[in-house]
Amino acid sequence: MPDSATELLDPPADEIIDEVTSIETDEIIAADTLVEEISIDGMCGVY
Amino acid sequence: MSTKTLDFDLDSAWRLHPQVSVRPERFGALLYHFGTRRLSFLKSRALLTVVSSLDSQPSARAACAGAGIGPAELPAYARALATLAASQMICRKTAS
Amino acid sequence: MTTAAAPLVAEFRFGLDAPICLTWELTYACNLSCVHCLSSSGRRDPRELTTAECKRVIDELERMQVFYVNIGGGEPTVRPDFWELVDYATAHHVGVKFSTNGVKITPEVASRLAGSDYIDVQISLDGATAEVNDAVRGRGSFATAVRAMQNLAAAGFAGFKLSVVMTRHNVGQLNEFKAIADRFGAQLRITRLRPSGRGADVWTELHPTPAQQRELYDWLVAHGENVLTGDSFFHLAGYGQELPGLNMCGAGRVVCLIDPVGDVYACPFAIHDAFLAGNVRSAAGFAGVWRDSELFADLRRPQSGGACTSCSAFDACQGGCMAAKFFTGLPLDGPDPECVRGFGEAALATADATAAPRPSGDHSHRTAPVPISIGPRPADSGAAASAGLIERSMPDRACDQSPLAGFTPR
Repeated sequence: MPDSATELLDPPADEIIDEVTSIETDEIIAADTLVEEISIDGMCGVY
Repeated sequence: MSTKTLDFDLDSAWRLHPQVSVRPERFGALLYHFGTRRLSFLKSRALLTVVSSLDSQPSARAACAGAGIGPAELPAYARALATLAASQMICRKTAS
Repeated sequence: MTTAAAPLVAEFRFGLDAPICLTWELTYACNLSCVHCLSSSGRRDPRELTTAECKRVIDELERMQVFYVNIGGGEPTVRPDFWELVDYATAHHVGVKFSTNGVKITPEVASRLAGSDYIDVQISLDGATAEVNDAVRGRGSFATAVRAMQNLAAAGFAGFKLSVVMTRHNVGQLNEFKAIADRFGAQLRITRLRPSGRGADVWTELHPTPAQQRELYDWLVAHGENVLTGDSFFHLAGYGQELPGLNMCGAGRVVCLIDPVGDVYACPFAIHDAFLAGNVRSAAGFAGVWRDSELFADLRRPQSGGACTSCSAFDACQGGCMAAKFFTGLPLDGPDPECVRGFGEAALATADATAAPRPSGDHSHRTAPVPISIGPRPADSGAAASAGLIERSMPDRACDQSPLAGFTPR
Protein backbone atom coordinates (compact mmCIF):
# COMPACT_ATOMS: atom_id res chain seq x y z
CA MET A 1 0.00 0.00 0.00
CA PRO A 2 1.30 3.50 -0.63
CA ASP A 3 2.42 5.26 2.49
CA SER A 4 -0.12 7.92 2.05
CA ALA A 5 -3.12 8.42 -0.13
CA THR A 6 -2.39 12.14 -0.11
CA GLU A 7 0.96 11.56 -1.75
CA LEU A 8 -0.97 10.56 -4.81
CA LEU A 9 -2.69 13.92 -5.02
CA ASP A 10 -0.08 16.57 -4.37
CA PRO A 11 3.18 15.90 -6.18
CA PRO A 12 4.00 16.84 -9.79
CA ALA A 13 2.72 14.72 -12.65
CA ASP A 14 5.81 12.63 -13.31
CA GLU A 15 6.00 11.58 -9.68
CA ILE A 16 2.36 10.60 -9.76
CA ILE A 17 3.00 8.29 -12.70
CA ASP A 18 5.87 6.66 -10.84
CA GLU A 19 3.69 6.16 -7.77
CA VAL A 20 0.93 4.50 -9.79
CA THR A 21 3.40 2.23 -11.50
CA SER A 22 4.82 1.09 -8.21
CA ILE A 23 1.31 0.27 -6.95
CA GLU A 24 0.68 -1.83 -10.02
CA THR A 25 3.81 -3.87 -9.54
CA ASP A 26 3.55 -4.21 -5.78
CA GLU A 27 -0.05 -5.18 -5.27
CA ILE A 28 -1.43 -6.19 -8.58
CA ILE A 29 -4.34 -8.34 -7.64
CA ALA A 30 -4.21 -8.28 -3.88
CA ALA A 31 -7.10 -9.89 -2.10
CA ASP A 32 -10.29 -7.86 -1.88
CA THR A 33 -8.92 -4.63 -3.30
CA LEU A 34 -11.74 -4.69 -5.82
CA VAL A 35 -14.47 -4.52 -3.18
CA GLU A 36 -14.36 -2.34 -0.10
CA GLU A 37 -17.10 -2.21 2.45
CA ILE A 38 -17.81 1.01 4.30
CA SER A 39 -19.88 1.38 7.42
CA ILE A 40 -22.90 3.57 6.76
CA ASP A 41 -21.82 5.29 9.98
CA GLY A 42 -18.20 5.51 8.90
CA MET A 43 -18.29 8.94 7.25
CA CYS A 44 -17.47 12.10 9.13
CA GLY A 45 -19.98 14.89 8.82
CA VAL A 46 -23.29 13.21 9.55
CA TYR A 47 -25.21 12.87 12.80
CA MET B 1 -4.08 -15.17 1.78
CA SER B 2 -7.78 -15.69 1.44
CA THR B 3 -9.08 -19.02 0.21
CA LYS B 4 -12.32 -17.43 -0.88
CA THR B 5 -11.54 -18.17 -4.51
CA LEU B 6 -12.01 -21.85 -3.83
CA ASP B 7 -15.26 -21.14 -1.96
CA PHE B 8 -16.86 -19.07 -4.65
CA ASP B 9 -18.76 -21.09 -7.19
CA LEU B 10 -18.01 -19.36 -10.47
CA ASP B 11 -19.99 -21.92 -12.41
CA SER B 12 -23.29 -21.31 -10.69
CA ALA B 13 -25.83 -18.75 -11.75
CA TRP B 14 -25.82 -15.64 -9.59
CA ARG B 15 -27.82 -12.45 -9.36
CA LEU B 16 -27.79 -9.15 -7.60
CA HIS B 17 -29.84 -9.36 -4.40
CA PRO B 18 -33.26 -7.77 -5.06
CA GLN B 19 -32.80 -5.32 -2.18
CA VAL B 20 -29.55 -3.99 -3.55
CA SER B 21 -29.31 -0.73 -5.46
CA VAL B 22 -26.38 0.02 -7.71
CA ARG B 23 -25.04 3.52 -8.29
CA PRO B 24 -22.31 3.73 -10.94
CA GLU B 25 -19.37 5.93 -10.04
CA ARG B 26 -16.45 7.34 -11.98
CA PHE B 27 -14.19 4.67 -10.58
CA GLY B 28 -16.58 1.76 -10.16
CA ALA B 29 -19.87 1.68 -8.28
CA LEU B 30 -21.61 2.03 -4.96
CA LEU B 31 -23.84 -0.82 -3.83
CA TYR B 32 -26.35 -0.35 -1.02
CA HIS B 33 -28.36 -3.19 0.49
CA PHE B 34 -31.63 -1.80 1.84
CA GLY B 35 -32.17 -4.84 4.01
CA THR B 36 -28.80 -5.05 5.73
CA ARG B 37 -27.96 -1.33 5.44
CA ARG B 38 -24.51 -2.21 4.21
CA LEU B 39 -22.49 -0.25 1.70
CA SER B 40 -20.00 -1.84 -0.66
CA PHE B 41 -17.80 -0.12 -3.17
CA LEU B 42 -16.78 -1.78 -6.37
CA LYS B 43 -13.44 -0.33 -7.30
CA SER B 44 -13.43 -1.05 -11.00
CA ARG B 45 -15.85 -0.48 -13.83
CA ALA B 46 -15.12 -3.99 -15.06
CA LEU B 47 -16.37 -5.41 -11.78
CA LEU B 48 -19.49 -3.26 -12.16
CA THR B 49 -20.02 -4.82 -15.58
CA VAL B 50 -19.62 -8.30 -14.12
CA VAL B 51 -22.07 -7.65 -11.28
CA SER B 52 -24.62 -5.92 -13.51
CA SER B 53 -24.58 -8.75 -16.00
CA LEU B 54 -24.81 -11.64 -13.53
CA ASP B 55 -28.55 -11.97 -13.86
CA SER B 56 -28.45 -12.28 -17.61
CA GLN B 57 -25.57 -14.75 -17.74
CA PRO B 58 -25.71 -18.50 -17.11
CA SER B 59 -22.80 -18.35 -14.65
CA ALA B 60 -20.51 -15.94 -12.88
CA ARG B 61 -17.67 -17.30 -15.01
CA ALA B 62 -19.57 -16.33 -18.14
CA ALA B 63 -20.25 -12.89 -16.70
CA CYS B 64 -16.55 -12.38 -16.09
CA ALA B 65 -15.68 -13.53 -19.57
CA GLY B 66 -18.31 -11.22 -21.00
CA ALA B 67 -16.72 -8.31 -19.13
CA GLY B 68 -13.34 -9.06 -20.68
CA ILE B 69 -11.75 -10.54 -17.57
CA GLY B 70 -8.80 -12.70 -18.54
CA PRO B 71 -7.49 -15.78 -16.71
CA ALA B 72 -4.79 -13.85 -14.83
CA GLU B 73 -7.34 -11.53 -13.28
CA LEU B 74 -10.09 -14.06 -12.70
CA PRO B 75 -8.99 -15.08 -9.17
CA ALA B 76 -9.22 -11.49 -7.97
CA TYR B 77 -12.69 -11.14 -9.43
CA ALA B 78 -13.73 -14.43 -7.88
CA ARG B 79 -12.54 -13.16 -4.51
CA ALA B 80 -14.46 -9.95 -5.05
CA LEU B 81 -17.61 -11.91 -5.88
CA ALA B 82 -17.08 -14.06 -2.80
CA THR B 83 -16.90 -10.91 -0.68
CA LEU B 84 -20.13 -9.68 -2.21
CA ALA B 85 -21.80 -13.02 -1.62
CA ALA B 86 -20.69 -13.01 2.00
CA SER B 87 -22.37 -9.66 2.56
CA GLN B 88 -25.45 -10.81 0.62
CA MET B 89 -25.01 -8.25 -2.12
CA ILE B 90 -25.25 -11.08 -4.63
CA CYS B 91 -27.06 -14.37 -4.22
CA ARG B 92 -27.55 -17.59 -6.10
CA LYS B 93 -30.29 -17.69 -8.63
CA THR B 94 -32.88 -20.20 -7.52
CA ALA B 95 -33.85 -22.81 -10.06
CA SER B 96 -36.97 -21.75 -11.88
CA MET C 1 -5.87 -4.40 -18.02
CA THR C 2 -4.50 -4.56 -14.50
CA THR C 3 -6.98 -3.92 -11.76
CA ALA C 4 -4.92 -1.66 -9.55
CA ALA C 5 -7.42 0.22 -7.44
CA ALA C 6 -6.60 3.35 -5.49
CA PRO C 7 -7.63 3.47 -1.86
CA LEU C 8 -11.26 4.52 -1.68
CA VAL C 9 -10.43 7.59 0.33
CA ALA C 10 -8.25 8.87 -2.49
CA GLU C 11 -11.29 8.78 -4.76
CA PHE C 12 -13.66 10.23 -2.20
CA ARG C 13 -11.54 13.31 -1.61
CA PHE C 14 -12.37 14.42 -5.13
CA GLY C 15 -16.06 14.23 -4.31
CA LEU C 16 -18.76 12.14 -5.90
CA ASP C 17 -21.66 13.02 -8.19
CA ALA C 18 -24.01 12.54 -5.25
CA PRO C 19 -23.45 12.29 -1.51
CA ILE C 20 -23.17 8.81 -0.02
CA CYS C 21 -25.45 9.97 2.74
CA LEU C 22 -26.33 13.31 4.26
CA THR C 23 -27.78 15.00 7.30
CA TRP C 24 -31.12 16.69 6.94
CA GLU C 25 -32.23 18.94 9.76
CA LEU C 26 -35.99 19.10 9.37
CA THR C 27 -36.75 21.85 11.85
CA TYR C 28 -35.06 24.24 14.25
CA ALA C 29 -37.88 23.64 16.72
CA CYS C 30 -37.00 21.62 19.78
CA ASN C 31 -38.49 20.85 23.14
CA LEU C 32 -35.03 20.91 24.70
CA SER C 33 -32.23 23.47 24.96
CA CYS C 34 -29.08 21.38 25.15
CA VAL C 35 -26.18 23.63 26.04
CA HIS C 36 -23.98 22.35 23.22
CA CYS C 37 -26.57 22.16 20.43
CA LEU C 38 -24.67 22.21 17.14
CA SER C 39 -27.59 23.83 15.34
CA SER C 40 -28.53 26.34 18.07
CA SER C 41 -32.04 24.95 17.91
CA GLY C 42 -35.15 25.77 19.94
CA ARG C 43 -37.50 27.94 17.90
CA ARG C 44 -38.95 27.03 14.53
CA ASP C 45 -37.87 29.24 11.66
CA PRO C 46 -40.80 30.76 9.75
CA ARG C 47 -39.05 29.99 6.45
CA GLU C 48 -38.78 26.23 6.97
CA LEU C 49 -39.37 24.00 3.97
CA THR C 50 -43.00 23.05 3.48
CA THR C 51 -44.17 19.46 3.28
CA ALA C 52 -44.32 19.73 -0.51
CA GLU C 53 -40.84 21.21 -0.70
CA CYS C 54 -39.49 18.42 1.49
CA LYS C 55 -41.03 15.85 -0.82
CA ARG C 56 -39.34 17.51 -3.79
CA VAL C 57 -36.02 17.19 -1.98
CA ILE C 58 -36.73 13.51 -1.38
CA ASP C 59 -37.54 13.11 -5.08
CA GLU C 60 -34.14 14.61 -5.88
CA LEU C 61 -32.39 12.31 -3.44
CA GLU C 62 -34.09 9.38 -5.09
CA ARG C 63 -32.99 10.50 -8.55
CA MET C 64 -29.43 11.03 -7.31
CA GLN C 65 -29.54 7.62 -5.64
CA VAL C 66 -28.75 8.94 -2.20
CA PHE C 67 -29.71 5.76 -0.41
CA TYR C 68 -29.72 6.97 3.15
CA VAL C 69 -30.40 10.18 5.07
CA ASN C 70 -29.88 11.08 8.70
CA ILE C 71 -32.83 13.20 9.77
CA GLY C 72 -32.37 15.50 12.73
CA GLY C 73 -32.99 19.05 13.79
CA GLY C 74 -33.88 20.46 16.41
CA GLU C 75 -36.23 17.67 17.34
CA PRO C 76 -37.54 16.35 14.02
CA THR C 77 -40.51 14.51 15.50
CA VAL C 78 -42.19 17.76 16.52
CA ARG C 79 -42.89 18.56 12.89
CA PRO C 80 -46.54 17.62 12.28
CA ASP C 81 -45.58 16.08 8.92
CA PHE C 82 -42.67 14.06 10.29
CA TRP C 83 -44.22 10.63 9.70
CA GLU C 84 -45.58 11.61 6.33
CA LEU C 85 -42.08 12.62 5.24
CA VAL C 86 -40.40 9.52 6.65
CA ASP C 87 -42.92 7.30 4.90
CA TYR C 88 -42.48 9.25 1.67
CA ALA C 89 -38.72 8.81 1.86
CA THR C 90 -38.83 5.08 2.47
CA ALA C 91 -41.37 4.67 -0.32
CA HIS C 92 -38.92 6.43 -2.63
CA HIS C 93 -35.80 4.36 -2.00
CA VAL C 94 -34.32 6.67 0.59
CA GLY C 95 -33.59 4.91 3.88
CA VAL C 96 -33.93 6.99 7.04
CA LYS C 97 -32.20 7.15 10.36
CA PHE C 98 -33.65 9.88 12.55
CA SER C 99 -32.00 11.36 15.59
CA THR C 100 -34.29 12.19 18.52
CA ASN C 101 -34.28 13.03 22.21
CA GLY C 102 -37.04 10.43 22.54
CA VAL C 103 -39.88 12.78 23.44
CA LYS C 104 -42.31 11.18 21.00
CA ILE C 105 -41.17 7.54 21.10
CA THR C 106 -44.28 6.11 22.72
CA PRO C 107 -44.98 2.37 22.79
CA GLU C 108 -47.22 2.80 19.74
CA VAL C 109 -44.56 4.71 17.84
CA ALA C 110 -41.93 2.18 18.88
CA SER C 111 -44.11 -0.63 17.62
CA ARG C 112 -44.56 1.06 14.28
CA LEU C 113 -40.82 1.64 13.99
CA ALA C 114 -40.00 -1.93 14.89
CA GLY C 115 -42.20 -3.03 12.02
CA SER C 116 -40.35 -1.00 9.41
CA ASP C 117 -37.15 -2.25 7.82
CA TYR C 118 -36.12 1.06 6.36
CA ILE C 119 -36.24 3.34 9.39
CA ASP C 120 -33.54 3.46 12.03
CA VAL C 121 -33.69 5.45 15.24
CA GLN C 122 -30.95 7.20 17.17
CA ILE C 123 -31.56 8.29 20.75
CA SER C 124 -29.40 11.14 22.04
CA LEU C 125 -27.97 10.89 25.53
CA ASP C 126 -24.96 12.66 27.01
CA GLY C 127 -24.69 11.13 30.45
CA ALA C 128 -25.00 7.61 31.84
CA THR C 129 -26.76 9.13 34.83
CA ALA C 130 -29.46 11.77 35.03
CA GLU C 131 -27.07 13.96 36.93
CA VAL C 132 -24.46 14.10 34.19
CA ASN C 133 -26.92 14.03 31.31
CA ASP C 134 -29.42 16.59 32.51
CA ALA C 135 -26.69 19.11 33.26
CA VAL C 136 -26.20 19.35 29.49
CA ARG C 137 -29.58 18.41 28.07
CA GLY C 138 -32.00 19.72 30.69
CA ARG C 139 -33.98 18.35 33.60
CA GLY C 140 -35.99 15.28 32.71
CA SER C 141 -34.19 14.57 29.44
CA PHE C 142 -32.46 11.49 30.81
CA ALA C 143 -35.79 10.01 31.85
CA THR C 144 -37.29 10.82 28.45
CA ALA C 145 -34.45 9.06 26.64
CA VAL C 146 -34.59 6.01 28.89
CA ARG C 147 -38.34 5.73 28.45
CA ALA C 148 -37.91 5.86 24.68
CA MET C 149 -35.27 3.15 24.81
CA GLN C 150 -37.48 0.97 27.01
CA ASN C 151 -40.31 1.36 24.52
CA LEU C 152 -38.09 0.51 21.56
CA ALA C 153 -36.68 -2.55 23.30
CA ALA C 154 -40.12 -3.73 24.38
CA ALA C 155 -41.36 -3.36 20.82
CA GLY C 156 -38.59 -5.60 19.59
CA PHE C 157 -36.56 -2.93 17.80
CA ALA C 158 -33.10 -4.40 17.99
CA GLY C 159 -30.06 -2.38 17.07
CA PHE C 160 -31.33 1.17 17.38
CA LYS C 161 -28.55 3.64 18.10
CA LEU C 162 -27.68 5.29 21.40
CA SER C 163 -25.66 8.36 20.48
CA VAL C 164 -23.45 10.18 22.96
CA VAL C 165 -21.43 13.36 22.53
CA MET C 166 -18.21 12.94 24.48
CA THR C 167 -17.56 15.65 27.03
CA ARG C 168 -15.26 16.27 29.95
CA HIS C 169 -18.01 15.02 32.24
CA ASN C 170 -18.89 11.74 30.58
CA VAL C 171 -15.62 10.28 29.30
CA GLY C 172 -15.41 8.38 32.57
CA GLN C 173 -18.80 6.77 31.87
CA LEU C 174 -17.90 4.93 28.67
CA ASN C 175 -18.37 1.50 30.19
CA GLU C 176 -21.70 2.57 31.64
CA PHE C 177 -22.86 3.83 28.26
CA LYS C 178 -21.97 0.48 26.75
CA ALA C 179 -23.94 -1.25 29.49
CA ILE C 180 -26.99 0.93 28.87
CA ALA C 181 -26.85 0.18 25.14
CA ASP C 182 -26.50 -3.54 25.85
CA ARG C 183 -29.41 -3.48 28.27
CA PHE C 184 -31.77 -2.12 25.62
CA GLY C 185 -30.40 -4.08 22.69
CA ALA C 186 -29.03 -0.89 21.17
CA GLN C 187 -25.74 -0.09 19.49
CA LEU C 188 -23.60 2.52 21.19
CA ARG C 189 -22.40 5.45 19.15
CA ILE C 190 -20.03 8.08 20.51
CA THR C 191 -19.18 11.30 18.70
CA ARG C 192 -16.97 14.30 19.03
CA LEU C 193 -18.07 17.55 20.61
CA ARG C 194 -17.45 20.37 18.18
CA PRO C 195 -17.47 24.10 18.97
CA SER C 196 -20.48 24.49 16.67
CA GLY C 197 -23.75 26.28 17.31
CA ARG C 198 -24.23 26.73 21.06
CA GLY C 199 -21.26 24.42 21.41
CA ALA C 200 -19.10 27.46 20.71
CA ASP C 201 -20.15 28.92 24.06
CA VAL C 202 -19.32 25.87 26.14
CA TRP C 203 -16.58 24.14 24.20
CA THR C 204 -13.71 25.40 26.32
CA GLU C 205 -15.13 23.93 29.52
CA LEU C 206 -16.86 20.88 28.00
CA HIS C 207 -14.40 19.38 25.55
CA PRO C 208 -12.34 16.46 26.84
CA THR C 209 -8.94 17.26 28.27
CA PRO C 210 -5.89 15.91 26.44
CA ALA C 211 -5.60 13.13 29.01
CA GLN C 212 -9.27 12.24 28.57
CA GLN C 213 -8.89 12.28 24.80
CA ARG C 214 -6.17 9.68 25.13
CA GLU C 215 -8.39 7.69 27.51
CA LEU C 216 -11.18 7.81 24.94
CA TYR C 217 -8.89 6.65 22.15
CA ASP C 218 -7.52 3.79 24.25
CA TRP C 219 -11.05 2.73 25.16
CA LEU C 220 -12.10 2.68 21.50
CA VAL C 221 -9.08 0.61 20.54
CA ALA C 222 -9.75 -1.86 23.36
CA HIS C 223 -13.55 -2.01 23.44
CA GLY C 224 -14.84 -0.27 20.38
CA GLU C 225 -15.34 -3.06 17.88
CA ASN C 226 -19.14 -2.72 17.97
CA VAL C 227 -19.18 0.96 18.86
CA LEU C 228 -19.99 3.45 16.13
CA THR C 229 -18.24 6.80 15.94
CA GLY C 230 -19.49 8.44 12.78
CA ASP C 231 -15.80 8.64 11.90
CA SER C 232 -15.75 11.72 14.13
CA PHE C 233 -12.47 10.87 15.83
CA PHE C 234 -10.25 10.70 12.79
CA HIS C 235 -8.14 13.47 14.34
CA LEU C 236 -7.06 10.87 16.90
CA ALA C 237 -5.35 8.83 14.21
CA GLY C 238 -2.32 10.89 15.09
CA TYR C 239 -1.91 8.65 18.14
CA GLY C 240 -0.95 5.81 15.85
CA GLN C 241 -3.59 3.30 14.91
CA GLU C 242 -6.45 4.58 12.76
CA LEU C 243 -9.90 3.92 14.12
CA PRO C 244 -12.46 2.21 11.85
CA GLY C 245 -14.00 4.54 9.30
CA LEU C 246 -12.84 6.48 6.29
CA ASN C 247 -10.65 8.70 8.48
CA MET C 248 -11.26 11.73 6.38
CA CYS C 249 -13.40 14.85 6.42
CA GLY C 250 -16.45 14.06 4.33
CA ALA C 251 -17.79 17.60 4.18
CA GLY C 252 -18.82 18.59 0.68
CA ARG C 253 -17.23 15.45 -0.69
CA VAL C 254 -19.38 12.51 0.39
CA VAL C 255 -21.71 14.17 2.88
CA CYS C 256 -23.38 17.52 3.53
CA LEU C 257 -26.19 19.14 5.49
CA ILE C 258 -29.59 20.35 4.33
CA ASP C 259 -30.93 22.69 6.98
CA PRO C 260 -34.59 23.44 7.82
CA VAL C 261 -34.79 26.42 5.47
CA GLY C 262 -33.17 24.52 2.63
CA ASP C 263 -29.67 25.89 3.01
CA VAL C 264 -26.97 23.42 2.05
CA TYR C 265 -23.86 23.44 4.21
CA ALA C 266 -20.70 21.38 3.93
CA CYS C 267 -21.60 19.57 7.14
CA PRO C 268 -23.87 19.94 10.19
CA PHE C 269 -20.95 21.18 12.30
CA ALA C 270 -20.32 24.06 9.94
CA ILE C 271 -23.50 26.10 9.93
CA HIS C 272 -21.93 29.36 8.89
CA ASP C 273 -21.93 31.46 5.72
CA ALA C 274 -18.33 30.42 5.08
CA PHE C 275 -19.57 26.86 4.52
CA LEU C 276 -22.87 27.65 2.83
CA ALA C 277 -22.98 26.09 -0.62
CA GLY C 278 -26.44 27.18 -1.76
CA ASN C 279 -30.13 26.51 -1.19
CA VAL C 280 -32.39 23.70 -2.38
CA ARG C 281 -35.01 26.26 -3.42
CA SER C 282 -32.72 27.52 -6.18
CA ALA C 283 -33.52 26.64 -9.78
CA ALA C 284 -31.18 23.66 -10.00
CA GLY C 285 -32.27 22.31 -6.62
CA PHE C 286 -30.14 20.25 -4.29
CA ALA C 287 -28.48 18.41 -7.17
CA GLY C 288 -27.34 21.70 -8.67
CA VAL C 289 -25.88 22.83 -5.38
CA TRP C 290 -24.10 19.54 -4.77
CA ARG C 291 -22.58 19.42 -8.22
CA ASP C 292 -21.88 23.03 -9.07
CA SER C 293 -21.35 25.09 -5.95
CA GLU C 294 -18.02 26.87 -5.73
CA LEU C 295 -17.60 25.95 -2.09
CA PHE C 296 -17.86 22.24 -2.79
CA ALA C 297 -15.55 22.53 -5.80
CA ASP C 298 -12.99 24.12 -3.49
CA LEU C 299 -13.33 21.36 -0.92
CA ARG C 300 -12.92 18.70 -3.61
CA ARG C 301 -9.56 20.06 -4.77
CA PRO C 302 -6.45 18.62 -3.18
CA GLN C 303 -6.05 20.32 0.16
CA SER C 304 -2.82 21.84 1.31
CA GLY C 305 -1.62 20.61 4.67
CA GLY C 306 -0.24 24.08 5.31
CA ALA C 307 1.44 24.34 8.66
CA CYS C 308 0.81 20.66 9.36
CA THR C 309 2.53 19.20 6.31
CA SER C 310 5.84 18.65 8.02
CA CYS C 311 4.31 16.78 10.93
CA SER C 312 4.74 13.02 10.80
CA ALA C 313 1.16 12.54 12.01
CA PHE C 314 -0.38 14.56 9.18
CA ASP C 315 -0.96 11.61 6.87
CA ALA C 316 -3.06 10.00 9.57
CA CYS C 317 -4.97 12.97 10.96
CA GLN C 318 -5.28 15.09 7.80
CA GLY C 319 -5.07 18.19 9.98
CA GLY C 320 -8.31 17.29 11.76
CA CYS C 321 -11.73 18.92 11.65
CA MET C 322 -12.39 22.01 9.60
CA ALA C 323 -15.34 23.08 11.76
CA ALA C 324 -13.40 22.65 15.00
CA LYS C 325 -10.65 24.89 13.66
CA PHE C 326 -13.03 27.45 12.23
CA PHE C 327 -15.13 28.02 15.33
CA THR C 328 -12.15 28.22 17.66
CA GLY C 329 -10.65 30.88 15.46
CA LEU C 330 -7.78 28.74 14.23
CA PRO C 331 -6.61 28.82 10.60
CA LEU C 332 -7.92 25.99 8.44
CA ASP C 333 -4.43 25.15 7.21
CA GLY C 334 -3.09 24.60 10.72
CA PRO C 335 -3.60 22.17 13.58
CA ASP C 336 -6.91 20.99 14.96
CA PRO C 337 -7.66 22.56 18.39
CA GLU C 338 -7.45 19.05 19.86
CA CYS C 339 -4.37 18.00 17.91
CA VAL C 340 -2.96 14.98 19.69
CA ARG C 341 0.53 16.43 19.53
CA GLY C 342 -0.61 19.52 21.42
CA PHE C 343 -0.04 21.90 18.52
CA GLY C 344 -3.66 22.99 18.61
CA GLU C 345 -3.54 23.88 22.28
CA ALA C 346 -0.45 25.95 21.62
CA ALA C 347 -2.16 27.71 18.72
CA LEU C 348 -5.25 28.46 20.83
CA ALA C 349 -3.11 30.02 23.52
CA THR C 350 -1.95 32.69 21.11
CA ALA C 351 -5.21 33.06 19.16
CA ASP C 352 -7.67 35.85 19.90
CA ALA C 353 -10.70 34.01 21.26
CA THR C 354 -12.96 37.03 20.80
CA ALA C 355 -12.21 37.06 17.09
CA ALA C 356 -13.49 33.52 16.53
CA PRO C 357 -16.40 33.40 14.06
CA ARG C 358 -19.85 33.22 15.57
CA PRO C 359 -22.36 30.66 14.29
CA SER C 360 -24.71 32.07 11.64
CA GLY C 361 -28.22 32.25 12.98
CA ASP C 362 -29.46 31.38 16.42
CA HIS C 363 -32.79 29.65 16.88
CA SER C 364 -32.30 29.18 20.61
CA HIS C 365 -35.26 29.55 22.92
CA ARG C 366 -35.38 33.08 24.28
CA THR C 367 -37.31 32.41 27.45
CA ALA C 368 -36.01 32.83 30.96
CA PRO C 369 -32.56 31.56 31.92
CA VAL C 370 -32.08 27.88 31.28
CA PRO C 371 -31.20 26.25 34.60
CA ILE C 372 -28.10 24.34 33.70
CA SER C 373 -25.33 23.49 36.09
CA ILE C 374 -21.89 23.54 34.65
CA GLY C 375 -18.94 23.83 36.91
CA PRO C 376 -15.57 22.38 37.77
CA ARG C 377 -15.76 18.69 38.51
CA PRO C 378 -13.38 16.31 40.18
CA ALA C 379 -11.45 14.10 37.78
CA ASP C 380 -13.86 11.19 38.25
CA SER C 381 -16.93 12.49 36.54
CA GLY C 382 -20.23 11.46 37.95
CA ALA C 383 -19.67 13.21 41.22
CA ALA C 384 -21.94 16.05 42.18
CA ALA C 385 -21.75 19.09 39.98
CA SER C 386 -20.97 22.35 41.60
CA ALA C 387 -23.67 24.91 41.14
CA GLY C 388 -23.64 27.41 38.36
CA LEU C 389 -26.20 28.94 36.10
CA ILE C 390 -25.88 29.75 32.47
CA GLU C 391 -28.01 32.72 31.66
CA ARG C 392 -29.27 33.28 28.20
CA SER C 393 -29.63 36.87 27.18
CA MET C 394 -33.09 38.22 27.93
CA PRO C 395 -35.58 38.46 25.07
CA ASP C 396 -35.57 41.61 23.00
CA ARG C 397 -39.21 41.28 22.04
CA ALA C 398 -42.39 40.56 23.93
CA CYS C 399 -43.19 37.05 22.81
CA ASP C 400 -42.29 34.29 20.43
CA GLN C 401 -44.59 31.88 18.72
CA SER C 402 -44.26 28.58 20.52
CA PRO C 403 -42.47 26.01 18.38
CA LEU C 404 -44.58 23.38 20.04
CA ALA C 405 -47.96 24.84 19.05
CA GLY C 406 -50.32 21.97 18.62
CA PHE C 407 -48.01 19.50 20.37
CA THR C 408 -49.50 17.64 23.31
CA PRO C 409 -46.82 16.44 25.67
CA ARG C 410 -47.27 12.91 27.00
